Amino acid sequence: MSTSSDEDDVERIPLCSRPEWSDVQPLPQDDGPNPVVSIAYRDEFRETMDYFRAIYAADERSCRALELTTEAIGMNPGNYTVWHFRRLVLESLNANLHEERDFVDRITFQNSKNYQIWHHRRWLAEKLGTEAANRELEFTKQVFALDAKNYHTWSHRQWVLESLGGWENELEFCCELLEDDVFNNSAWNQRYFVITRSPLLGGLQAMRDSEVCYTSKIILADPHNESPWRYLRGLYKGEIQMLISDNKVPELCLKVLEINKSNLFALSLLLDLLSRGHQPSDELRAVIGALRSSQDIAGTHGLAATLCLVLETVDPMRSSYWAWRRTNLPTGVC
Amino acid sequence: MGELEGKKHVQYIVSVEKKKDSFEALVIEHLRLNGAYWGLTTLDLLNEIEAVKPDEIVQWIMQCQDIGSGGFGGNVGHDPHLLYTLSAVQVLALLNRLDVLDIDKVSDYVAGLQNEDGSFSGDMWGEVDTRFSYIAICCLSLLGQLSKINVESTVNYIVSCKNLDGGFGSIPGGESHAGQIFCCVGTLAITGSLHHVDRDLLGWWLCERQCKDGGLNGRPEKLADVCYSWWVLSSLVMIDRVHWIDKEKLTRFILNCQDKENGGISDRPDNAVDVYHTYFGVAGLSLLEYPGIKSIDPAYALPVDVVNRIFFSK
Repeated sequence: MSTSSDEDDVERIPLCSRPEWSDVQPLPQDDGPNPVVSIAYRDEFRETMDYFRAIYAADERSCRALELTTEAIGMNPGNYTVWHFRRLVLESLNANLHEERDFVDRITFQNSKNYQIWHHRRWLAEKLGTEAANRELEFTKQVFALDAKNYHTWSHRQWVLESLGGWENELEFCCELLEDDVFNNSAWNQRYFVITRSPLLGGLQAMRDSEVCYTSKIILADPHNESPWRYLRGLYKGEIQMLISDNKVPELCLKVLEINKSNLFALSLLLDLLSRGHQPSDELRAVIGALRSSQDIAGTHGLAATLCLVLETVDPMRSSYWAWRRTNLPTGVC
Repeated sequence: MGELEGKKHVQYIVSVEKKKDSFEALVIEHLRLNGAYWGLTTLDLLNEIEAVKPDEIVQWIMQCQDIGSGGFGGNVGHDPHLLYTLSAVQVLALLNRLDVLDIDKVSDYVAGLQNEDGSFSGDMWGEVDTRFSYIAICCLSLLGQLSKINVESTVNYIVSCKNLDGGFGSIPGGESHAGQIFCCVGTLAITGSLHHVDRDLLGWWLCERQCKDGGLNGRPEKLADVCYSWWVLSSLVMIDRVHWIDKEKLTRFILNCQDKENGGISDRPDNAVDVYHTYFGVAGLSLLEYPGIKSIDPAYALPVDVVNRIFFSK
């Protein structure tokens, strides 16, 4: 976390020593007699905030007020009141918003999980309008290079796409991020966002086959990855019949089980298919039969129930869940 | 590992002002009302709310109210925001001092932040997030003023944020995240709309948050953090699926995050403690029915006896 703006290797001059601030009487913080969550202040911070409070109380919307908010933000970018006042000052001064955006760019990198900064950024982008779209998309890319799962950055990027546009390269961008880290759940979420909402693609129906193909390859490359399995299910959202009758899905699960015989995602997806009425192939029956033997499962159980018992042993942390699944199998299920 | 160091945590919260001159302490001045909620709720859960003097706290809270709008800021002299308005109402509820409020004024502030599409803005600057839907609903419900808003559109907006995995994000299309899920499920619970949740699908996503170390993460492939002991767990309780996680392992994870010498709980073992994680650790243990801790309401995030006092003693 920064203590002051990074160009300050030069020693900071206290505000009380600066001639341009000599007319101001700083206002101290009133903590009350017995603070519940009380804080020991560093002198610089205390002084900056005392001067800020004075300016804020006087509602002074000047250039020096803007600079003071810059200093205060540098020390504590989470202080939302400073940001609020800064916006009022920017509006009153009719300030150059491109310069403001440069300032926000600089501080975002050190404070990329700060709600206030991202909200301020959005406020700016709204004012700048559609011309801001490319710059915002480019900027979020830079932040993702440091933290590809940053939740704020993803919300911002989604807002930019929906409000200002720029969908052209979004699917490609998702592909790049997944090449960097195929486990990035945010990138998978964004992929779903793009295929379902982009005005340039055909929507889920049109994209389903190619996406199933893409996702299957990724699952086979590393079947322990939670995200593509969920994504695969999502591709069949609202189409249960299609899901249970599309042979590609159980075939994929069986291929995974060849490489990794107790893969919990494959087993669980097969369980879901059977629970919804999927008619098992001979191969599937055989694989489940083999699992039953290897896990020493006694007694007569249907295929789905057997899967539940297997899952209880391969995923013991969630044994209650798998036991519940077994007692809640729909009647007539294999 | 081992026991909950209840007394040490109480000492930690009460004496947090004696801490070193740390920058971390500096940065939360503007959210002191949130800090008061975390600290005081923890004390109450540990049956030690007597450790503080209510009158001074109430007086300070009222000084945080913005006279014009009726909303509360994070501290004296700060701008009003939904985040701090809820904390103010929650702390006053804890101290059984809701009588000091002009209920109409506060609830008008909250209701005024609802947008056309049913979402809520955090303040006049318009940031929208499902966190704010939860905050508004929780606050108005505690004040008995849900009739001031459009509950149906509130619910519709939440439903529009439901994802293919059964979870919820901060905005429509936003990635499912345990914190946001808590907010959305809480909103649906308080408004009697849990039928919109696919409990089995979401319950599975939530119980998949449990990592090998027993702790809970907030999204796939992220690290466990004590605060998810609250966000994930309370969501599971609200949809009646808490038996799907390994409670013993989670309890051990939380206990391992304690600073047994100086008190307080951190995000993960051996890290620095803070009031926020201390609250979430103790609240999580409450949901796990750890002995010696009062029960906490999973939707209102207040002790059950406080919630009962508000809703049942008329």
